[in-house]
Amino acid sequence: MTTTAPVMAPAIIDTTVHAVEHVAEGVVSLVLRRADGRDFPAWGPGAHIDVHLGEDLVRQYSLCSAPSDLSTLRIGVLRVPDSRGGSKHVHQELAVGSSLAVSAPRNNFPLADSRKYLFLAGGIGITPIIPMIEAAEAAGREWTLHYGGRSRSTMAFADALVARYGEERVRILAEDTEGRMDLQGILGMPRAHMQVYACGPGGMLSAVEDFCMGWPPGALHTERFVADALGAGANSEPFEVELARTGGTVTVDTNQTILEAVEQVGARVLSSCRAGLCGTCETRIVSGEPEHRDAVLTREDKESGEIMLVCVSRAAAGCSRLVLDL
Amino acid sequence: MTTSTHEPAVLAEDPFDPAIIANPYPFLARLRDAGPVSWLEATGSYAVAGYEEVYEVLTDFETYCSSGGLGPRDIRKDAGWRPPSILESDPPIHTVMRRALTGVINPGTVRALRGPFTPPAVELTTELAGRPGFDVIKDLAEKYPLRVFPDAVGIPDEGREHLLPYGNMVFNAFGPENYIFQQAFAHGDEHAAAVMKSCARESLDDAGFGARIWDKVGEGLITEQQATLLVRALLSAGVDTTVFGIGNTLSVLSRNPQAWARLRENPTLAKFAVDEALRLESPFQKFHRTVTVDTTLGGVRIPAGSKVLLFIGAANRDPRKWGDDADTFSFERSSSGHVAFGMGLHQCVGQPIARLEMEIVLQELLPRIATIEPAGEPVPIIHNVLRGFESVPVRITAA
Repeated sequence: MTTTAPVMAPAIIDTTVHAVEHVAEGVVSLVLRRADGRDFPAWGPGAHIDVHLGEDLVRQYSLCSAPSDLSTLRIGVLRVPDSRGGSKHVHQELAVGSSLAVSAPRNNFPLADSRKYLFLAGGIGITPIIPMIEAAEAAGREWTLHYGGRSRSTMAFADALVARYGEERVRILAEDTEGRMDLQGILGMPRAHMQVYACGPGGMLSAVEDFCMGWPPGALHTERFVADALGAGANSEPFEVELARTGGTVTVDTNQTILEAVEQVGARVLSSCRAGLCGTCETRIVSGEPEHRDAVLTREDKESGEIMLVCVSRAAAGCSRLVLDL
Repeated sequence: MTTSTHEPAVLAEDPFDPAIIANPYPFLARLRDAGPVSWLEATGSYAVAGYEEVYEVLTDFETYCSSGGLGPRDIRKDAGWRPPSILESDPPIHTVMRRALTGVINPGTVRALRGPFTPPAVELTTELAGRPGFDVIKDLAEKYPLRVFPDAVGIPDEGREHLLPYGNMVFNAFGPENYIFQQAFAHGDEHAAAVMKSCARESLDDAGFGARIWDKVGEGLITEQQATLLVRALLSAGVDTTVFGIGNTLSVLSRNPQAWARLRENPTLAKFAVDEALRLESPFQKFHRTVTVDTTLGGVRIPAGSKVLLFIGAANRDPRKWGDDADTFSFERSSSGHVAFGMGLHQCVGQPIARLEMEIVLQELLPRIATIEPAGEPVPIIHNVLRGFESVPVRITAA
């Protein structure tokens, strides 16, 4: 258990644009160095930074450099034609030498250890997947990437990935020549001990969620890649849980479940599968908004906001405190 | 990564020997001591007895498939005695059947059963508390699930007497076709026909789980045959197991007077007591999986096509997982993660119903019975894969 301070707004880090590279049609990659020359804070695959692009203009971009090299950070930015200005600003205003204020890396989409991985990327959603692949490869894990995009020329890092890992494991699908990714074919057959990490547009992720219904609960991890914010389905930030009956408050860290955190302070919760499948750890919510990640509660139960399965579900993004009937 | 492998220990003892079935734990300890994975000469299968290895087999549904059947024969090559159930299926067939079942049986629908499940428990326990003693099995464990569960599924009154004998057949068939199996199947056709009749849509009332499963046919999720098989799965798996669960829990508690006293002080611990009793005396003790590819488990190479016999009762008492006091009942222990209900894709879908029944029975006994103690030796049932008792005589004092 950790006792906590409230979640602090991430500190600002001043950086300088070290390199700008046009990596695909409509996509630039920025390499950032700290203005003070020091290393960036440590981060893991799936992390993102907030990039301050001007007054009230903050955008989040996934990191696609190597976590082992903290001297630089790299992000990939897609130019969105009708954007409210974030990507346009990056594409038009930034050049080598520009100053850019960013946050420390944060991770809403962390990579859990697994024997096998299936990575699914749509368009610019490839960025957080790149460090994930490196980590999986370094750990000697079995993995496959399916990477879809409108056309090959718009697909950032596609050639580099194929060159580095080979076509067997990196399956590139350009819609204009090969059609859309056959998500049903890819996901129709659940695999044991395999985690699925998917990042891309909302429509793709909804389809992924549908086709993953037969997978073991907890196997699917998604990050919605929308221009403005990281949407629901991705919150792994720490939050507090207050135990209404027994008293006390416990912080649930990023790499921990509510069940684990409350057990550490001696609360008794009956549980069995600890994977969101059996429903045994059902717990009543006194206040706060949950993000449901189980595969067993009905939609009515989930929408009621009154109960949750503490083995997998967490606090919703923006909810820093859940009060539970424990 | 390379893993060193070794030859499995070879055991001559037959786990389906009635003497071992009657008192399984010394054998299960010998089996675990021989190694997490051994070879059983008597059955021609690999025995998996370590918690970690049993968990591995249960969750790796690709390497250790279910479509080969839970018995010793590979029903992919050699058809079983009945059309395969959800337990005997793999993805993607399993996926739709499981989805249909969890749509019907889930925490929300089971929560609603506490109301109708409570009065029969009050009635039974009130009557028993007026006596000096009773038989846990005949007077309570065999009565209560039959009072509440068939109503929850919505089957007609006629034919309910076939449920226990049918469950007995289904589970015994997860073991070899020995004398025990033959006894269970003595009037097999009659029981099977009666249960199948209860599974038909026209036999089911409109309010129960059975009708809700049939709704999934209308929604296009499953076929009529699958609906029949899913209702059959509820009826075959939902009665005996709970009878044994109640019987085993009270058998454990009658030998732990301090635990009973503590439960009376704090009845909210009832569900934890049930869980720990299920770990210690797991009703479903063993079943098979079929190996799909050459693999290595617990350092032992296992070729494709092999049958592995999982010893749930050994895993749930494995000292490497539960500590040196794994053979004793303890309130201090978290029994979370025990595999009495299985684990992974095939984990018991009726688990919340079974837990509810067991918790209600215990909660209604606690305020009425001050002390409970054995009034004789429990008589174990000789069953290929289930662990339970014919009779558990107890002496009580009313509260």
